[in-house]
Amino acid sequence: MSSRNVLHVIGLIVATPMLALAQTEAVDPGATGPAWSPYLVGVLIGVLSMFTFYFSAKPLGASTAFANVAGLIGRLIAPRHTDSLHFYADKKASKIDWQVALVIGVIAGAFLAAWSGGEITGRWLPPMWAERFGESVWLRMAVGFLGGALMAFGARMAGGCTSGHGISGAMQLSVGSWIAPLGSFVGGVATAMLLFYA
Amino acid sequence: MAQDETKNPTRNEDPQPDGPPENRAAQLGLGFLFGMIFGFLLQKGGVAKYEVLIGMLLFEDFTVVKVMMSAVVVGMIGIYALHTAGLVKLHIKPTRYGANTLGGILFGIGFGLAAYCPGTGAAALGQGNFDAIAVLLGLMAGSYVFAEASGWLARTVNRWGDRGMLTLDRVLNLKPRVSVPVVATVLVLVLAAIHVFVDPTP
Repeated sequence: MSSRNVLHVIGLIVATPMLALAQTEAVDPGATGPAWSPYLVGVLIGVLSMFTFYFSAKPLGASTAFANVAGLIGRLIAPRHTDSLHFYADKKASKIDWQVALVIGVIAGAFLAAWSGGEITGRWLPPMWAERFGESVWLRMAVGFLGGALMAFGARMAGGCTSGHGISGAMQLSVGSWIAPLGSFVGGVATAMLLFYA
Repeated sequence: MAQDETKNPTRNEDPQPDGPPENRAAQLGLGFLFGMIFGFLLQKGGVAKYEVLIGMLLFEDFTVVKVMMSAVVVGMIGIYALHTAGLVKLHIKPTRYGANTLGGILFGIGFGLAAYCPGTGAAALGQGNFDAIAVLLGLMAGSYVFAEASGWLARTVNRWGDRGMLTLDRVLNLKPRVSVPVVATVLVLVLAAIHVFVDPTP
């Protein structure tokens, strides 16, 4: 049951680029800004938050889903060790739940948005990255993987990510949800400045 | 309707209705539907794009700030209104000064390297930025590494400045019906200032 769910998730992640590749005629690599007004998009995300609170009793958040899937994979490979970990002692932390469904939905929704707007990119390297760091896909993948790992560690430690803290937590006036994004901004600006200007 | 304001300061203990049904399949479907809308909006808002996300960290593009602050203003007013009407529970996250700060900074370093955060990374993959695959796999790996350290962290970092379900209105000693409009006004003024003085693109 759970192993099949894991396969579904991995299958979806792998299948999405294929779908995107099938839609290559609409590629517009020059489109770099928002298609809609960012204010309108923000307002609609605020309204969406009201819906998730009312219908699902959940705040929007993305990072937890990755911890859940990691827990599922961990249970497949090393069940006893995974069970022994403090974080996964709560079985809820390794389930296909609302949050995992949400993140899968995000992939699908972003695909629809890009497809409808002719903004499917279908590429392994962002032009801005390639211009600065060259054409090695593996370098970008390695840095992306390391960045993802650091983000997940930091998000679990802080209790949320850009959406969980920065949007959902901040709108409920949680003090920690104002501190964590500020810390992220400082760490992010310093890292990006070093990467692109050092 | 609004007269039964918080008698108890810790709002997570509110005597609110338990809300939606526990129907697992329905909630998975709703999660997927809400995710699709979220992803659609993130892509249309431009925040699934590498240039836009890195652009914020290099102070060249303020799209992310505009999206986030608008979302917080509207969501805050909406959710506190629903809460006052007794329609939703709040889901306040715990404030732990040490873990929030250190975790936030670590997250930021990772964000600077990856350029996609967890939500926008999923959106980036959806729009065809395949480098997001590495970021999403990294997010799973990092989550497991965190789990390895979680016992130790719970005994150490999580205890530094653990203030529980602390909210801004309790710090400022204001009722939500005061603090929400005040915070909303401040955020709108900041947005207006950014719009006028820094980045006037609509």
